[in-house]
Amino acid sequence: MKVRRSLGERIFQVCNYIILSALIVICIYPIWYVVMASFSDSNALMSHSGLLLAPLDFTVNAYKKVFENPMLIKGYANTLFILVVGVTLNMIMTSLGAYFLSRKNVLFMKPIMLFIVFTMFFEGGIIPFYLNLKDLHLTNSLWGLIIPFMIQTRNMIILRTAFSAVPESLIEAARIDGAGHITILTKIVLPLSKAMLAVIVLYYGVHIWNSWFWASAILRDRELYPIQLILREILLQNDMSSMAIGGDTGTQDAISQSIRYATIVVATVPILCVYPFLQKHFAKGTMVGAVKE
Amino acid sequence: MLRQFGRKVRKDWIRNRSLYLLVLPVIIFYLLFHYKPMYGALIAFKDYSPALGFSGSPWVGLDNFVRFFDGIYFWRLLRNTVLLSFYNILFGFPAPIILALLLNEVKNEKFKRLTQTITYLPHFISMIVVAGMITNFCMTTGLINDIIVFFGGEASPLLQNPKLYRTIYVASSIWQQVGWGSIIYLSALSGVDSQLYEAAAIDGAGKWKQLLHVTLPGITPTIVIMLIMQIGRAMSMGHEKTILLYNSATYETADIISSYVYRIGLLEQDWSYSTAIGLFNSLINLVLIILANRVSKRLTETSLW
Repeated sequence: MKVRRSLGERIFQVCNYIILSALIVICIYPIWYVVMASFSDSNALMSHSGLLLAPLDFTVNAYKKVFENPMLIKGYANTLFILVVGVTLNMIMTSLGAYFLSRKNVLFMKPIMLFIVFTMFFEGGIIPFYLNLKDLHLTNSLWGLIIPFMIQTRNMIILRTAFSAVPESLIEAARIDGAGHITILTKIVLPLSKAMLAVIVLYYGVHIWNSWFWASAILRDRELYPIQLILREILLQNDMSSMAIGGDTGTQDAISQSIRYATIVVATVPILCVYPFLQKHFAKGTMVGAVKE
Repeated sequence: MLRQFGRKVRKDWIRNRSLYLLVLPVIIFYLLFHYKPMYGALIAFKDYSPALGFSGSPWVGLDNFVRFFDGIYFWRLLRNTVLLSFYNILFGFPAPIILALLLNEVKNEKFKRLTQTITYLPHFISMIVVAGMITNFCMTTGLINDIIVFFGGEASPLLQNPKLYRTIYVASSIWQQVGWGSIIYLSALSGVDSQLYEAAAIDGAGKWKQLLHVTLPGITPTIVIMLIMQIGRAMSMGHEKTILLYNSATYETADIISSYVYRIGLLEQDWSYSTAIGLFNSLINLVLIILANRVSKRLTETSLW
């Protein structure tokens, strides 16, 4: 049905496009600025003021400096380790829990569900959590960033929703054929939930890539620092000593600006590379997550 | 009665034994990393010292809580937490709803998808990077000051100014979350029956009337659920962003309960005292979410449980 558009509606449409375009600019411009600044000559950047639309005196010097920093490479490696081992363990544990929670006719389902969901609403707090890690000898070790974070309850609930959608008849038939739960999980439920599994892998992956707080709380050796902590040193603590730059303080300061921006780019590019996939799949997860538990 | 239950348990055990075995690692995980810290939080009622250990440390009752309530920072922390949270909800909560409503009116699919792609992007940028960008942009020579100077203002170190802290915090949070937050409302909007719009149009309802009488009622359950969750989290304003952005010059407005817990606990290692404050905060959160849930159940029959 085609309704003739009134004048007011047309004005609204124009305004709408203007507002949304402005929002696009606001969202993308800071990122654009960072990228352009990272390719700029540091002295030109220092003396420049105002908006930046293109690199000033295009140069990749800042990137050269960034990659000369051994800590950054080390940080990348540490994060990669946590990412690979962590996501694997996360997926195993989360699938086990989600599979259990998706079963029917289990006598103690309600109390176990309550036992798990309660932790979403109440927790001991960061200090007891930290003391617990110390107690378990998980501090100053990368395992301390993996094992205590194997399950995020929200993700498990989302996955449970997907598992529940697997037809019960399929599972019953397999049971009658004598298949155990492990077989049913790996041969039937997981293959039928691939899309949601991908979402959860991405959720965990992005979370691990971006997380830094517990690393800063439990790691003492800088050798163990994940990428975000190295970034924090460079961006926020003004600790340029890790960059080992010679010369007088004037140039050091000048270089540091573009190096900072280049570091941001280097640490964010992996996320941007998977972003197209993220965008497609992530949205699915948020919608399922909204379904009442 | 008891025997009947015993028989039920036995039957269940025969049928589901392997299933319970499967979930055992998950149960152990929750015990070890969720419930053990809850038990450990009892040091809030002790004078804990690592040398004496958990059981060796003496009980002190509510001393740690009293010390907090009587302390010079109590009101400041409470005010800062509540205000930051309040502004965050006041400005941050409607933003994604408005964005979703605007996006819903866009007829051009390409433009719609472009807007979505770009507004979702900030959600994936790490807090460290966001904080780094804010810090750089807010410096005297930074982008924001350049803009201020361009419009005739005066450059100043913005992050050192306690008056501006909340604005910076809330504005950057909206920047981070507005696009991502709109997804859920967009999906709710797509669920509104299009026949209702046609019926309303036939009855002579204009766009504005349609919005008030069809669209908004259609997405109210989603809005309510999201609001409950947000209010339930109101006092648990994350410490992560705060400890990256604040500094001693802005404590006056920036320091919130969770960042104080972090500072007193992890940095100054006053274990029992910081645990007590954290526990106080957790309890308020629990009460808030229960209350919000009850209110929404009564008003809209929508609830979390």
